[in-house]
Amino acid sequence: MTAITILGAGVMGLSIATELAARGKQPRIIDPAGKPGSHACSWRAGGMLAPYCEAESAEPVVLRLGLDAADWWEANGAEVTRRGTLVLAPSRDRTELDRFARLTKAHQPVTGDDIATLEPELAGRFSRGLHFGTEAHLNPRAALLALRDRLEQRGIRIETEGAPTGMIVDARGLAARDELPDLRGVRGEMLVLRCPEVTLTRTVRLLHPRIPLYVVPRGDGVYMIGATMLETGGRYRVTARSAVEMLSAAYALHPGFAEAEILELGSDARPAFPDNLPRLRRRGGTLFANGLYRHGYLLAPAVARMAADYLLEGRKPEFMDEDHP
Amino acid sequence: MPVFYGTEVASPLMLGTAQYPSPAIMAEAFRASGAGIATVSLRREGGGGQDFYRLIRDLGIPVLPNTAGCHSVREAVTTAQMARELFETPWIKLEVIRDDDTLCPDVIALVEAARALSGDGFQVFPYCTEDLSVCGRLLDAGCEVLMPWGAPIGSGRGLNNPYGLRSLRAHFPGIPLVVDAGIGLPSHAAQAMELGYDAVLLNTAVAKAGDPVAMARAMASAIEAGKLAHGANPIEARDMAAPSTPLFGMAVLG
Repeated sequence: MTAITILGAGVMGLSIATELAARGKQPRIIDPAGKPGSHACSWRAGGMLAPYCEAESAEPVVLRLGLDAADWWEANGAEVTRRGTLVLAPSRDRTELDRFARLTKAHQPVTGDDIATLEPELAGRFSRGLHFGTEAHLNPRAALLALRDRLEQRGIRIETEGAPTGMIVDARGLAARDELPDLRGVRGEMLVLRCPEVTLTRTVRLLHPRIPLYVVPRGDGVYMIGATMLETGGRYRVTARSAVEMLSAAYALHPGFAEAEILELGSDARPAFPDNLPRLRRRGGTLFANGLYRHGYLLAPAVARMAADYLLEGRKPEFMDEDHP
Repeated sequence: MPVFYGTEVASPLMLGTAQYPSPAIMAEAFRASGAGIATVSLRREGGGGQDFYRLIRDLGIPVLPNTAGCHSVREAVTTAQMARELFETPWIKLEVIRDDDTLCPDVIALVEAARALSGDGFQVFPYCTEDLSVCGRLLDAGCEVLMPWGAPIGSGRGLNNPYGLRSLRAHFPGIPLVVDAGIGLPSHAAQAMELGYDAVLLNTAVAKAGDPVAMARAMASAIEAGKLAHGANPIEARDMAAPSTPLFGMAVLG
């Protein structure tokens, strides 16, 4: 069996390395940064494992491929919190909740009392919502480092330089745009807040026609707040407008966020193909794995499995370009 | 088919490009609807949105850039100038917003911006209210098309003031009129065309539908129906029934 070299130590590269290692292969990984970090857009992800919620705007295949993600991450050393997703809307935007409910499955309608039971700090603030009880979330940075650690235990280290050997798996995200002209960047901006005054234990989504927001707990009073979706690959810093909009939405969810410390303002661009679905693409001796869009942690396990099936068993993956031109 | 500033477009449906689940679905919705114009927002995606703009150019229909999200004359004028450079078109859909919750046009600033842009060679498509005086002022400012709202942007409420829209049509018989914003259902779009409007501009109703492609097709069909109906000189509504079969001479049974 030939050697395999993976380019990129973001969520795609490390997931493929993990999947290959689990099947007895020793791939090399090359990433100039030498470790997972802020050069990868997956570093700034929300880490929601929310296939049902995503179905509001994503194609049904995202739901199907994302269903096993939480199990995969847990099996590979990530700490997965399985407390579901709570979807809420300000009272004047209630129709947004009806629309969301219509377009998704596997949710329970919840009343104000139910909401108070699920998240006591939101008592009295919302009268209706949806609870997606089977959904989960993880801390993306901890998850990437967990993959890295396990790979190191198997003797697979992230090299910072050197020539690739054998079959190349290009998992460089948007950096692979030099070879994938149909790949584009979809800008996202996020914040990390420390706010011990607010206790939320699960992902909360606040629907709003202009500023849809999600809050993902990171533990110890730290919350990730996200995220904008702008059709540009521009990698400039967070704009004042986006920060104000996200913060005011967070404040609408819980006024306690007004006292939060802003730990981080982050922005990056998600790699996406025109249908916003991931792809494997074979060109000569290179297999490209890319286009995870806003579903990095949700879809990386499924795409990594497809890549391993293809590389080790020659099985044609569902998301090869031939089937999804 | 509607003619804007001397250019005839292929369909009275003008479709926005925001908020679709993916660019691929957006492109399919455009194909399914046969939309005559694609509108694109410049403001928020300014600086580096080249990939998305390429996808819009690939739709192969005239592009109408807009100044969505602008709150002042200066902002709108700057955005319009960027749009002209980027899309190489003198067309600009002019939006100047006063209030973020209703996205109600700031008609005072709108007239001022329209005058400045027309003087600079732009062909301005103003997003306005159905107010007759405001519309008159916009024409004075150099606009040759008017785009009154049906209802607030994204609200899907249909035509809030059919009387006002009808009287606008009657006052400006030679001016291309477009209902812009507020359309939620195909019946709303059909109603605008039945009033004699030249075109309908919509976005959210298609992009946020569960099946955007099917909704795009439905909108196109409704617009076609409304246009045919207007041309067919519809009957007036009346209070009493008017039998379609004469009563006199009917057979008496039993």
